[in-house]
Amino acid sequence: MDSELDNTVLERPPLLVLRGIVKQFPGCLANDHVDLTIGKGEIHALLGENGAGKSTLVKIIYGVMKPDAGSMIWNGQPVSIASPAQARALGIGMVFQHFSLFEALTVSENIALGLNDPKDRENLESRIAEISTRYGLPLDPHKAVHDLSVGERQRIEIVRCLLQNPKLLIMDEPTSVLTPQEVSKLFDTLRRLRDEGCSILYISHKLEEIRTLCERATIMRLGKVVAHCNPAEKTARDLAEMMISAKLKQQDYSNKTIHLGGDRLVVNKLTIRSNQQFGTDLKDISFTVKGGEIFGIAGIAGNGQGELMDALSGEIPAGSPMNILLDGAAIGQERPRARRRRGGCFLPEERNGHGAVGQMTLAENGFLSAHVRGALGRFGLINAKRTREFAAKVIHAFDVRTTGPLAEARSLSGGNLQKFLVGREVLQQPGVLVISQPTWGVDAGAAAAIYEALLQLAAAGTAIVLISQDLDEILLLCDRIAVIAAGRLSDAMNVKDATIEKIGLLMGGTHTGKEELAHALPA
Amino acid sequence: MNLAYVSNLAISVVAASTPLLIAASGELVAEKSGVLNLGVEGMMLVGAIAGFATAHQTGSALLGVGAAALAGMLIAMIFALLTLSFLANQVATGLALTIFGKGFAALLGAGYVGISAPVLHAIPVPLLSQIPFIGHVLFDQNILIYFSFVMLALIAWFLNKTHAGLILRAVGDSHDAAHAMGYPVLRIRYAAVAFGGAMAGIGGAYLSLFYSPLWSQDLTAGRGWIALALVVFSAWRPLWLLVGAYLFGGITFLSLYIQGLGIAVPSPLVSLLPYVGTVVVLVLISRDARRIRLNQPACLGKYFHAVS
Amino acid sequence: MLYRLEPRGERSLFWSYGSPVLAVILTIITMMAIFSLLGKPPVQGIETFLITPISTASGLSSLLVRAAPLIMIGAGLALCYRANVWNIGGDGQFTLGALAGAGLALALPNGAFWWEYPLVLCLGVLGGMFWAGIVAFLKLRFNANEILTSLMLVYIAQLILVWLVTGPWRDPQGFGFPQSAMFGAGATTPDFGTTSIHLGCLLAPLLALVLWQILARSVLGFQLRVVGQAPRAARFAGFSNARLTWIALLVSGGLSGLAGIIEVTGPIGQLTTTITPGYGFSAVIVAFLGRLHPVGVIFAGLLLALSYLGGDAAQINLNMPNAITGIFQGVLLFYLLGADVLILHRFRRIRPSAPEAA
Repeated sequence: MDSELDNTVLERPPLLVLRGIVKQFPGCLANDHVDLTIGKGEIHALLGENGAGKSTLVKIIYGVMKPDAGSMIWNGQPVSIASPAQARALGIGMVFQHFSLFEALTVSENIALGLNDPKDRENLESRIAEISTRYGLPLDPHKAVHDLSVGERQRIEIVRCLLQNPKLLIMDEPTSVLTPQEVSKLFDTLRRLRDEGCSILYISHKLEEIRTLCERATIMRLGKVVAHCNPAEKTARDLAEMMISAKLKQQDYSNKTIHLGGDRLVVNKLTIRSNQQFGTDLKDISFTVKGGEIFGIAGIAGNGQGELMDALSGEIPAGSPMNILLDGAAIGQERPRARRRRGGCFLPEERNGHGAVGQMTLAENGFLSAHVRGALGRFGLINAKRTREFAAKVIHAFDVRTTGPLAEARSLSGGNLQKFLVGREVLQQPGVLVISQPTWGVDAGAAAAIYEALLQLAAAGTAIVLISQDLDEILLLCDRIAVIAAGRLSDAMNVKDATIEKIGLLMGGTHTGKEELAHALPA
Repeated sequence: MNLAYVSNLAISVVAASTPLLIAASGELVAEKSGVLNLGVEGMMLVGAIAGFATAHQTGSALLGVGAAALAGMLIAMIFALLTLSFLANQVATGLALTIFGKGFAALLGAGYVGISAPVLHAIPVPLLSQIPFIGHVLFDQNILIYFSFVMLALIAWFLNKTHAGLILRAVGDSHDAAHAMGYPVLRIRYAAVAFGGAMAGIGGAYLSLFYSPLWSQDLTAGRGWIALALVVFSAWRPLWLLVGAYLFGGITFLSLYIQGLGIAVPSPLVSLLPYVGTVVVLVLISRDARRIRLNQPACLGKYFHAVS
Repeated sequence: MLYRLEPRGERSLFWSYGSPVLAVILTIITMMAIFSLLGKPPVQGIETFLITPISTASGLSSLLVRAAPLIMIGAGLALCYRANVWNIGGDGQFTLGALAGAGLALALPNGAFWWEYPLVLCLGVLGGMFWAGIVAFLKLRFNANEILTSLMLVYIAQLILVWLVTGPWRDPQGFGFPQSAMFGAGATTPDFGTTSIHLGCLLAPLLALVLWQILARSVLGFQLRVVGQAPRAARFAGFSNARLTWIALLVSGGLSGLAGIIEVTGPIGQLTTTITPGYGFSAVIVAFLGRLHPVGVIFAGLLLALSYLGGDAAQINLNMPNAITGIFQGVLLFYLLGADVLILHRFRRIRPSAPEAA
């Protein structure tokens, strides 16, 4: 592997060289003597699992964080980058994973904020128009950001970088929020940039993308660089094995036997208004889930998944009781606790502050959703003993690494807390379980444990609704799937009939894909 | 009703509105940067006594105004230090600032009760003050009344037309994004809080050097809180701040007017009007929760700690 | 900057209790500095302020009398703040409670029924609840900010009080002073023997203990804590935000009202234009200093009561304005809020050998 590194480095002069970068956070060494070399005019992948230290490394390059040790060489000169402004002055541009945009401001105001030099801000609108046309990135400079789609928001960030003629463009997980069609358009833009001589540092954990786009890859694991390679020459499986230490266990649940029961959850023409400031309203959503079935809802973030979860759990009441039937009972306007009493269990996407309270103990967090079905309270008082025992049971059954039921939830790592929360719902033996993004930010081992638990629960006759943005997860676990886009749900299809392309088009909110293509042409 | 009577009436409204306008426009800037400083009442009181004492000692009301601005700014820095550097809860710290400010002003002012100090005199603007009616009402006033208009215009221009103002709004909208882009969130907020403090101090000095013009322990009588309500009323837009302040000035004046008419309403009940008015206006303006959320700086009251 | 803050990851138990102690120590040091700035001997000053008032038995009993309303209001506010409801109108609810109870006490002939006094107390509670209920209604129905409405209602209550004691309820035999008639024996808070300690001094800590049990052990207390810490999690769990807001405000309003009616039927004995020296605001400090914990509130209430007595003592013995009380309270809250950062963060020295020196 190292020989490959040497060959490729020799092909192009280096633009940026990092040597021995160290960054320590309380309780975690995020970067452990990281070396990285990016050549001029190459698309360089930085590959690794969640928590491998990729985001920390790029924040150091962009001057957002300061390294504890190590050196940087830019264009042959040693540099220390103290601030993003300095990084931009050197010619480094960055598109963040969670966009650094200001919701209340307009597109052109957002772009102006990224330009340090007053000269760059002259004639801004005409220059935005010029860049948009040249790279196929249509934007309306007067629109406020909160009215824009995720894809449009990303375009703002890219245009903002391009206005400064960057020599290095850093893209942190740019495709996690895009449809497959938008991804291919983005790749066209990136290739055009590369051909004009701009280097691109492309951060991702999506293997196929990296294989099609990047010429070289640096792979990180637990804060260290573990390999360099040419991704096109490797299989996705090879890359994955480098990324996660253990050999991949082939997960394949396709030959499981399903015993379908009766209809346990029926959603019928559900229409609600979002209770969030910039939320998505749900329109006319219908689907049915039988006992023993796992029903997947795919879609890009922010297309109504949160609202659907809230509507099913009872946080937002439906217009009519008949909109939602749970085991035949019309519960559309029942409150969350009544739904739990009937056998509904729910786990929303956001752990902190929604599915769990960080400042409270695990025992209290267990009580939060399980007090109804677990009979953890009596006469208005908390049964402290039963509450602790319930939490201990979850901790034991799901192998949660913690000091015990009295540990504060926020002291757990993301993956451990997620295991606890999934366990909390699963151990309530729900008749219907609605769960969103169950393995977001969770390591591979914990994810496998969560998958096993869900499959066992389904085998025992529970109807499961799995809302996820991770297509692989949906295709792996679900029996039938539907796609949510702009608050509407597509028709359900059997997972056997679902192709990535078909799902991708539905994610974009179109049924033929023609509209989407027309929209892609610059105005 | 003759013209002189109407113009006197208008002058009284201007006089009652000005301290609210000055204090509220300072708070508006602080809130636009994402800091909710509930200590306006305390800062006004400290400004009022600092201004009064300085004017008394130096014989210059203008020096008093300067001292008031400085005192308001200094005491606001306690708030900034606690909330911005020590991550203290902004609501609680604002209350502490009010409690402390009241006590501090009362302590400083113990020797000044019943004493007089030089007051702010009217400075007619050449030519403009000759315009019938309007000239007398708007251009034959003391310097702080002109100041209130000029500052409001400057603030509106700064926030909406300048790049620095854009950065300030950006910090209030998303401090994380602003930090990621390399803007010094804390420094900008310190500056905004300092400005808010100075303006509150000047608003206080207006009361002790012109409106009253005397020092008494509860000189502000809740005006700091009304100024806070005005910022909500304005939905964080400078022009509406002007409308709001004059609306309240009008209500305050109305209560004096009713008493002047000799109508048999007990005076305490008449004095209720501005407070009841504040509640009513808050209710009317807050009813549309979506609108408030859309206009309110998204980071208002949230604490910011950069991982660096 | 030589030091920087970094998150601990978990609550520091040490600093949860250490921070109020640190704040009190720093406040005492600051007060000594203020005394010497004002030309008073600092040690004698702090002694006059904090020790002289409680060096006698009668001083101790007046401490309890002063602490009673602070503890009652503070315990209710602690409950509110736990639920993230920012009621700062304790003084208004106190005043309305006093007015509601006093209205009955003044209307009935002395000793009309044996249950006159309990009824007067109940009306006091209801009066406070009514005033806080307005805040709850405006917040939930119209989304009006409770900080501003509860505060405006303080001014409104105070002006109603002034109107009543200068108008309809003025004592005809009072030589024109703005005050009501003294309450009859049937509507007077009983006190114990020759001391000034009255029923309220017992009731206040008792009620605080009851609130503590509710917060710690009941499902309702759990709901209040969840809704305060994570409103979305409360919705997820199915706890009604509106119901909890009502409960928090009614409980704290009721307690403030009770404090008000006990104060006027006890130590004061009649309605005057100033029935509270700002107990409602001091109680905000009591709630924070007591860690929003009803038991902590008892201790904090005693300390703040001492600051009132200390202000009086400084006025008499050192010829200082009693505004020194407000300074003490404000400084104490400042230090407390500052020191609280240590609960979740620690200061770490920044090593001078930073790599960016390259």
